[in-house]
Amino acid sequence: MNKNLPLLENRADLSTIADWIAEGSSVLDLGCGKGTLLNYLIRNKSVNGMGIEIDLKRIISCIEKGIPVIEHDLNEKFDNIKDNAYDYVILSQTIQELTFPELLINEILRIGKYGIVSFPNFGFLHVRLQLFFRGRMPKSMALPHDWYNTPNIHLLTLADFKEFCRTRGIKIKKIVYFKGHRHQAGVIFPNLLSEGCVILIERI
Amino acid sequence: MNDKSVGIVEVKCFNLSDTGESFIELDSGKRFGPISVAYETYGSLNDDKSNAILICHALSGSAHAAGFHKKEGHNPGWWENFVGPGKALDTDKYFIICSNILGGCMGTTGPSSTDPETGNPYGISFPVVTIGDMVKVQKRLIDHLGIKRLLNVIGGSMGGMQALEWILRYPDVPMSCAIIAATSRSSAQSIAFNAVGRKAIISDKRWKDGNYYGGDLPCDGVAIARMIGHITYLSEESMHKKFGRRLQDKEEFSYDFSNEFQVESYLDHQGNKFVERFDANSYLYVTKSMDYFDAGEIYGGGKLETAFENIKARSLILSFTSDWLFPPHQSKEIVDALMKTGKDITYINIKSSYGHDAFLIEMDTQAAIISKFLMATYNKLHGRGNA
Repeated sequence: MNKNLPLLENRADLSTIADWIAEGSSVLDLGCGKGTLLNYLIRNKSVNGMGIEIDLKRIISCIEKGIPVIEHDLNEKFDNIKDNAYDYVILSQTIQELTFPELLINEILRIGKYGIVSFPNFGFLHVRLQLFFRGRMPKSMALPHDWYNTPNIHLLTLADFKEFCRTRGIKIKKIVYFKGHRHQAGVIFPNLLSEGCVILIERI
Repeated sequence: MNDKSVGIVEVKCFNLSDTGESFIELDSGKRFGPISVAYETYGSLNDDKSNAILICHALSGSAHAAGFHKKEGHNPGWWENFVGPGKALDTDKYFIICSNILGGCMGTTGPSSTDPETGNPYGISFPVVTIGDMVKVQKRLIDHLGIKRLLNVIGGSMGGMQALEWILRYPDVPMSCAIIAATSRSSAQSIAFNAVGRKAIISDKRWKDGNYYGGDLPCDGVAIARMIGHITYLSEESMHKKFGRRLQDKEEFSYDFSNEFQVESYLDHQGNKFVERFDANSYLYVTKSMDYFDAGEIYGGGKLETAFENIKARSLILSFTSDWLFPPHQSKEIVDALMKTGKDITYINIKSSYGHDAFLIEMDTQAAIISKFLMATYNKLHGRGNA
């Protein structure tokens, strides 16, 4: 990873995504928040960027930065986007909040040449230990909510996602693991030892 | 709410004939002239003429968008809470132009204007005009003011139709547009409401084939048309909140056909107030121009995507959740086609219970969105970064 890359919104996954995206490409950021990543990409990599967001305040933050943004619920299909309309479609830290994650992954690979997905790994040792020893729903920096107020309704492990891709003809082109904000280069047993990941996927 | 105002303003007049144009070619194929345009401007044009914004008004609006006529506090502009120093359309930063539409009755040539050939008002000998014709006249005004590029064209409802027409007809002129509570084509439902309004006017005995000038006005027809219009501008929820089933100035039913319910007396009041300020024939012409509007048909042979291919402007589309006259899904059609053609598009469906009228009421949210959109567009134009 490029060491000069700033830590966007204090999130290592965003910096990795920024690093992966090619200069001058077209990017759709699903759940783009305040547009931090897109703003960085537009300014530093001259991408043609667009955001999808549902929260009004965050949408206004994007507008302020001059980023085109559409209010849209990610649980609905993208009838308005043609096949292969974007080089990259990003879904960062959101897949576990979706009602129909499978549908959206299919949509991502229909409208984008590549999909970039990041999520917290529910197979992480610390998570497993909480459930095993305390018998309680795990909480961590990546999973700060209680069971009754969490937006995370489809939590998954790294192994789950890899199997999902294998059985659906989705190729994992790149993968980077994290613990906290730190990269874990050469980690063994990532499903046990990584807190999160960023994955670049494409349709085979 | 910011109560600063642009202060006292005056309506100005521009005659197309002053620039040597004695007529314009209308979309219907007819030639029409002479045309004069009533307009107002607020703020000042910067040195490189890059801060001009054109406001397009809705059905019953006028060139008087901001400030007061004659004295402070008297006759405020129809978008006074939106246009002024420090407001969404900030007159400290931008040069704002608003003109009355062709076919209107607030200063620009329309059916109530005098036909120089006969010396009498045109009446229904005035040609049927389109949204496109209105925009052609606005373009002449912009040219007259020496402005080559507009920072933005903005309008709600029928004003939004004009803003859309602008970016299609003159793709190189507006840098951006804001299309609020509008549609790319009038639906059967909105044509139907307009048709009832027109029928009410035409059926009024005092309408006399449009030759009522100088005599009794077709007040009942105009009032009924306005009452119907007003129903379509509100929502069930906003009507319920505003009036409920409350009675006007009484506690019990009188068991007759007087205006008993508050909603009845409100509509009656709106109808009667409208008669005083709006010309019946203009109502026929302007509603007809809305009915004819179909951007996909006119510019894309029926396909909105084809129509939008040449658009260069950044587009901001806003709709309101409770608007059932130009409902969100009609705005969404514009958004979808702009996305499919890969345009610079921003869309928000603003939560509101006020129905179609929300574009004149939901000021805070709209102001936050529009002021930031304009600033970002201005910065892009000047190659400046945003924080």
